[in-house]
Amino acid sequence: MSQVALKKETPVSDDGMLKGAAKLTPEKIRETVRKVLDGETGARLKTYAAMCARCGMCSDACHFCLSHDRDPAWSPAGKVKRTIWELVRTGGKVDAEFILDACRIAHTECNLCKRCAMYCPFGIDVAYMMLVMRRICHKLGVTPQYIQDTAHSHSATMNQMWVKEDEWIDSLQWQEDEAREEMPNLRIPIEKEGADIMYSVIGPEPKFRAQLIYQAAVILNASGVDWTMPGTPGWDNSDMCMYTGDNEMMGRLKRAHFDTAVRLRVSRIVMGECGHAFRSVHDMGNRWLGYRQPPVPVIHAVEFYHEILKQGRIKIAKKFEGPVTLHDPCNIVRGHGLHEMAREVVRLTCDELIEMHPNREHNYCCSAGGGVINCGPPFKTSRVVGNRVKAEQLFAAKARGAKTVVAPCHNCHGGLEDIIHHYGLGMDVKFLGDIIYSCMEKPE
Amino acid sequence: MHTLYYLAAGPFAIAAFVLLAGGSLFRLVRMGLLARKKDPAVFDYMSARYGFRSLFHWLVPFGSRGMRLHPALTIASFLFHVCAIVAPVFLYAHVLLIDESWNIAWVHIPDGAADAMSLVVIAACVFFLVRRMKSPEVSYLSTWRDYAVLALVAAPFVTGLWSFHQFPGFRYAGIIHMLSGELLLASIPFTRLSHMIFFPITRAYMGSEFGAVRNARDW
Repeated sequence: MSQVALKKETPVSDDGMLKGAAKLTPEKIRETVRKVLDGETGARLKTYAAMCARCGMCSDACHFCLSHDRDPAWSPAGKVKRTIWELVRTGGKVDAEFILDACRIAHTECNLCKRCAMYCPFGIDVAYMMLVMRRICHKLGVTPQYIQDTAHSHSATMNQMWVKEDEWIDSLQWQEDEAREEMPNLRIPIEKEGADIMYSVIGPEPKFRAQLIYQAAVILNASGVDWTMPGTPGWDNSDMCMYTGDNEMMGRLKRAHFDTAVRLRVSRIVMGECGHAFRSVHDMGNRWLGYRQPPVPVIHAVEFYHEILKQGRIKIAKKFEGPVTLHDPCNIVRGHGLHEMAREVVRLTCDELIEMHPNREHNYCCSAGGGVINCGPPFKTSRVVGNRVKAEQLFAAKARGAKTVVAPCHNCHGGLEDIIHHYGLGMDVKFLGDIIYSCMEKPE
Repeated sequence: MHTLYYLAAGPFAIAAFVLLAGGSLFRLVRMGLLARKKDPAVFDYMSARYGFRSLFHWLVPFGSRGMRLHPALTIASFLFHVCAIVAPVFLYAHVLLIDESWNIAWVHIPDGAADAMSLVVIAACVFFLVRRMKSPEVSYLSTWRDYAVLALVAAPFVTGLWSFHQFPGFRYAGIIHMLSGELLLASIPFTRLSHMIFFPITRAYMGSEFGAVRNARDW
């Protein structure tokens, strides 16, 4: 009596997945699935699988499902049905074709945004089940090539972007030089033991967005805090291994990050405007290492900006002109409840805030998070088409006057820029740091 | 037929209660032990404050955004759950049976109210059935088990009304009522109906994760 889904499958063109799947045998699949299901999962997966009443209420939660006219194959439970449930039901008796499809669903059609946990009456954690699916894919060697490359980089260099140690220090000194033209006394203190704050960033900052380090240095210097950046591996707080199911590497990365902070004897880590990195230090990586909470307090940039603005450590010379809208990044809103703080920072720095709806914990994900944008060009179209609802939200905000989207998260930036471009929305995307930097009083 | 009646009234009834109580306890303890072994974080993060906060919002009609988006389903679900529990537990005939068997009694509701509640349960089951068949997001997920569970829940209420009002064939309906009711009770711990025992735990856990770790609401 169940209805056939409307979803049309496009063949997977990802080399990493295809080559990995070509090496699979039914025995290998069965053995790996059993090892993960029996060895690594337990009461949560069993309970979720047993109790789901197939009520379909999670459909309202998923931007992929809503953007595909509520096609049930894209609903959270629909995706679980096409991945984990089938593995549980058959005990792993599936073929390579199934794994390829399941890999695509878990890696590129779910952002692990956890919105569905707020719509399921039972609080079933679909993101957790998708991560179990990714873990199985990882153990089978079937992972999208682009994100696997970043995971390899993490393994080899402890950062996401193949940045070598000297290149890292060089980038910091380069940005310090640049910024000193504007603020002659500015320093980017490297390896300063006993500082109050260790400032950590994600790999792509030195690689592609070095100006963000410049801006952060200006803000940190102007606010007069005692800060430092590490000169050793452990500087990168990002974590794609958390998303590829490479939990062991996730643990090593987080340990390196926390250990670096402990070695520098800082009292807290302040991290840049990144969502997934916050999830990895606040929720997943620490948990894997056995820490209930991070061993060194971790402060997200939004919290830090709020603190220095409220304490009057930096002053706003002139508020940012023109109405802005604020995108709530899942990992710091559903992940840490920073929505009100982010709004306060926006109100302190911008002329006018125009809300998108639904917002705060009920925001729609940017569709880039959860490692989806990191799966690269082969999946870009499905990611952007799969988030029409976000485009509609942005358009509605634009119709009410918002020209700029403030998004305090790197992945959200990438995702929103792609959506804005694809749907021809013509809006600018900015970090809170961009806005603070451009509006603050800068000491001579 | 007499043998079947005596079986349904005696050993089967005992078996149903034993399976319900023992099965629920067994599943809870087993899941608890498994969680202790494999998901110890569940115990670390479980918080009474945030767990109850989440349960409260999900036990109040229209307490969550999802419920507000589906008013018909919300009303049907709440009426169904309340009536499906209250009607059989406080039905005069049931209270009397238990009083006569074990000398334990509690308050009962008027028969008219029980009739109305049974009709509500049956109507809600029809609503769920139509929704399961007609709504793509539900039908896509449905298997024969989901329809079977629905039939299993509706059966004791249909046959209960039938036998109480002595419609034609009520003697058979009475026996089917007893058997289907016993089957329903016995299957609670072992089917999707196990959400009866697991719902408070999974909801409270998600509430705890959202409240204590994520500093956010989950409704």
